[in-house]
Amino acid sequence: MLFGKFISAIKSSLRNPWLNISLLVTLLFLYTPIIVLIIFSFNDSRRNIVWKGFTLKYYKKMFSNEILLEAFLNSIAIALITTILSLVLGVLTAILLWRFQFPLKSLYQGIIMIPIIVPEICIGIAFLVFFNWIGWPSDLIWPLRLAKIIFAHSLFCFPFVAIVIRAKLVSLNRECEEAAKDLGANAWHVYRDVWFPHLKPSLIAGGFLAFTLSLDDFVITFFTSGPETITLPIKIYSMVRFSVTPEVNAASTVLIVVTILSVCTAIFFQKENLKKGSFE
Amino acid sequence: MSARLISLQGLSKSFQGNDAVKFVDLTIDKGEFFGILGPSGCGKTTLLKMIAGLEEPSAGRIIIDGLDMDAVPANRRPVNTVFQSYAIFPHMSLEDNISYGLKLKGIGSGNLKKRVSDMLDVVELTGLERRWPDQLSGGQLQRVALARALIMQPKVVLLDEPLAALDAKLRETMKYELVKIQKEIGITFIMVTHDQQEALSMMDKIAVMNEGRIQQVDQPNLLYEKPKNLFVANFIGSANCLMGRVTKVKKGRAYIMLADLNQEIVAFSYENFKVSDDVQVIIRPEKLTFQDIELPSNHEKTINRLNGELLEIVYHGGVSTFRVGFKNKNLKPLIISQLNNHDQTKDGYRIGSNVEVCWRLDAATLVPVI
Repeated sequence: MLFGKFISAIKSSLRNPWLNISLLVTLLFLYTPIIVLIIFSFNDSRRNIVWKGFTLKYYKKMFSNEILLEAFLNSIAIALITTILSLVLGVLTAILLWRFQFPLKSLYQGIIMIPIIVPEICIGIAFLVFFNWIGWPSDLIWPLRLAKIIFAHSLFCFPFVAIVIRAKLVSLNRECEEAAKDLGANAWHVYRDVWFPHLKPSLIAGGFLAFTLSLDDFVITFFTSGPETITLPIKIYSMVRFSVTPEVNAASTVLIVVTILSVCTAIFFQKENLKKGSFE
Repeated sequence: MSARLISLQGLSKSFQGNDAVKFVDLTIDKGEFFGILGPSGCGKTTLLKMIAGLEEPSAGRIIIDGLDMDAVPANRRPVNTVFQSYAIFPHMSLEDNISYGLKLKGIGSGNLKKRVSDMLDVVELTGLERRWPDQLSGGQLQRVALARALIMQPKVVLLDEPLAALDAKLRETMKYELVKIQKEIGITFIMVTHDQQEALSMMDKIAVMNEGRIQQVDQPNLLYEKPKNLFVANFIGSANCLMGRVTKVKKGRAYIMLADLNQEIVAFSYENFKVSDDVQVIIRPEKLTFQDIELPSNHEKTINRLNGELLEIVYHGGVSTFRVGFKNKNLKPLIISQLNNHDQTKDGYRIGSNVEVCWRLDAATLVPVI
């Protein structure tokens, strides 16, 4: 069936060549740099410009590079904890905005979205100044020294989660809650049997969104990480400063793959969302 | 049989200063199919939710089977509800939906299976246990909602406009289905509806509500034949209403001078009207007859007669309705309905002809002017 759809899409695009061409140009424009980057990560040469043959040695080199691995581990740890914090904050914010009426609600709603709108560099500098001002200690042991970055990431990730959850809450049938209570459910049962199943796809989608945003972030991380902490995007940046070796390409490719996977998962669950939404 | 099961005493609810329900007193008997009927926004759903425990009353008491429900939360009341949207849990199969309440109660799985399959028999859904809610039709969802409430064996089942979301044909079938199930199981049903036909044909007793107050509580036929006020008369079926003043009361009959018409009519006075009371005379359209003055009449002479002009004939199939206007254009024309098996219908009435409208002594109901 999918194949049939594909064929008919090609047929209809042949009938309209201009549409076809503009589509192709857009795709090329968007993806050529990324594809070149990935291809040259397999290039058997110190330099990036000429193709010398296929090799996996830069991947091997990358995986034996301890600093790079540490950066990758840091990035994953930060992204995971940020995801959890963003989910908690995002869900609470969404429920607050959906369920309660309070003075200056629309102002509050606007303020929450500010981290999305304000340029990242401003947030980064703001955090730098803020942490200096409160005198945040800089010589902490490993997981604790990630805390600054995690706080900063959670701040700009949770509004995205809040938006996704809030949108899903709108379609919750309040009578289902009442029905559960009517059948003997207490507050916990209502959360477990009505709220959670309804929000589940959005929780997963929102979680992956936060994970991706945190994993990829460079600007805010740059200003909040001390000299002792390094994340994958920061490490890649510092490697580029010396020379763009295929090792940089390999590290970037890993980052791209992880990101694409989690974005695809998020989109998949969002789609699930829409399908289920048709009944409610 | 007619033991009192529910009594509401001075029940009130206000939302931010707006009174949705005002001092409702009501008693409902065991095994009754009780209806709460009223236009939208009259407070009937709020009343139902207070009985279920889903809204907290501002004042008054709810007593179910001798127990004051004041401190009893919704999840511990002997009451279950069929919601207007059915509120079927979308993430559970039909079977899980129906057994949800029993599982929370901790009923063992053997007993549970038996009760679920018995209940599926009652609502005729056997074989659909594994279906998901989005694979069920509106009528089936309605049965699931009913089964989910009935399986709890509550003392009362509350139904909030259960037929409103169904299409016309399905509604007709479900109407009789609901009554049949209620009579079979014998559980008290309290059903809220805005549809007077539904109420009249299904319920043992009906409370008519308007603007948060109970207007009248009676059996369907009494509501129709002996409405207590103009609101009930107009809400249940259609009604002709004439204003007048009592001139004489004799042997249970009231003589009434009709305002704007200067003509006297007679009706039974069930309530104790006194001379010079202002009253409204309510006559149902099918209780009026009329004839062309110029044509020879074979009608028996009835006691009340008014002269008017035939304005309009509307054919509805089984019945036709006629409008007869008066010289005084301030008066609303009378609506008359007749079965189309009358001989006169064939003759064909002429619009614009002068006619005489007649009704019997017992056809009219008098209600006080508020």
